[in-house]
Amino acid sequence: MLQRIYDWIDDRIDITPIWRDIADHEVPEHVNPGHHFSAFVYCFGGLTFFTVVIQILSGMFLTMYYVPDIVNAHASVEYLQSEVAFGMIVRGMHHWGASVVIVMMFLHTLRVFFTGSYKKPREINWVVGVLIFFVILALGLTGYLLPWDMKAYFATQVTLEIVASVPVVGDTLETLIAGGEVIGAQTLTRFFAIHVFFLPGALLGLIAVHFIMIRRQGISGPL
Amino acid sequence: MSEKNHNVSRRQFLTYTLMGVGGFMGAAMVMPMVRFAVDPILQADAAGDMNELTALSDLTEEPQAFSLTYEVEDGWVTQTMEDTVWAYLSGDEVVALSPTCTHLGCTVNFGGDENNPDQFFCPCHFGRFEIDGTNVPGTPPTEPLHRYDTEIRDGVIYVGRPQPQQ
Repeated sequence: MLQRIYDWIDDRIDITPIWRDIADHEVPEHVNPGHHFSAFVYCFGGLTFFTVVIQILSGMFLTMYYVPDIVNAHASVEYLQSEVAFGMIVRGMHHWGASVVIVMMFLHTLRVFFTGSYKKPREINWVVGVLIFFVILALGLTGYLLPWDMKAYFATQVTLEIVASVPVVGDTLETLIAGGEVIGAQTLTRFFAIHVFFLPGALLGLIAVHFIMIRRQGISGPL
Repeated sequence: MSEKNHNVSRRQFLTYTLMGVGGFMGAAMVMPMVRFAVDPILQADAAGDMNELTALSDLTEEPQAFSLTYEVEDGWVTQTMEDTVWAYLSGDEVVALSPTCTHLGCTVNFGGDENNPDQFFCPCHFGRFEIDGTNVPGTPPTEPLHRYDTEIRDGVIYVGRPQPQQ
């Protein structure tokens, strides 16, 4: 049945080459944990991507209940966490997943570094990877404020102090990021917009570039 | 096991197991999120609360509009809602009707039409209802005005939620 639906569509718009381009590629022996178990270190990039997908999915669902408003933000988080079915699980996925992304990305970076995979001709992909690293850190930072509890508030205060310590433009930058003179209503909406629209957009673009380059250049050779 | 006479080839077996395990893991990932999203349709209704409308002595044989305020739990906020209820005495019986037209939901008024001062009138499409809420044949509404459950305690009228009458 499924095969026939697939054939019907494929007959008309020829989708086979599209998914073959994406899915059908050689996995060299030295990166296949089935051949050498130690090759599992090559999985961390994929695992980072997998957790990012979970973050995007769980985040999309969380915005069904969350409001970025100083009066209601904490109440809405408490509501979705304690009153909505599986709220604790979905928010838990997003909360713990945020840490898992950082850990996986760090392990991936170490693997790339110690296998020397960043060397010519893959320098550009290393640079793109570092940009992804910054975007992920910024996602973690902006997401931290959203529950609007004490920890969120005072952590953001520290962040803004750090920003303010930048020479010359520090104060201007602080006002720009906080959206005003105090950490408040405008900071929360600003962080929400950055966390939910700007950074995920940038992240998906960078990840696409990262992957296209991997496919172009192939996986780096064995040690 | 010999390599011959397999009903399921090695490739097929791998496809099935990988798809099965993958599907299971995907479902475990997505299921909590879907249940989370559909929670509102599975939450129990807050129906059944009776709210104070007015004193019984305020009612006459002529329908009057009373405002009904009640609280609704709306996620993380408690909203105070205000509805209008048309109530009157029919003998000893208290009749409390919802002013929401059963045609398309506009608000009806008692005596709103000069030609039919003893009927409820909807200005949107000229729907009319008898004093007991029955829709007048030949006008747009297809069912009577909804009626509130009422309860009288210590001379005070309490109403529930409007129910269709038939």
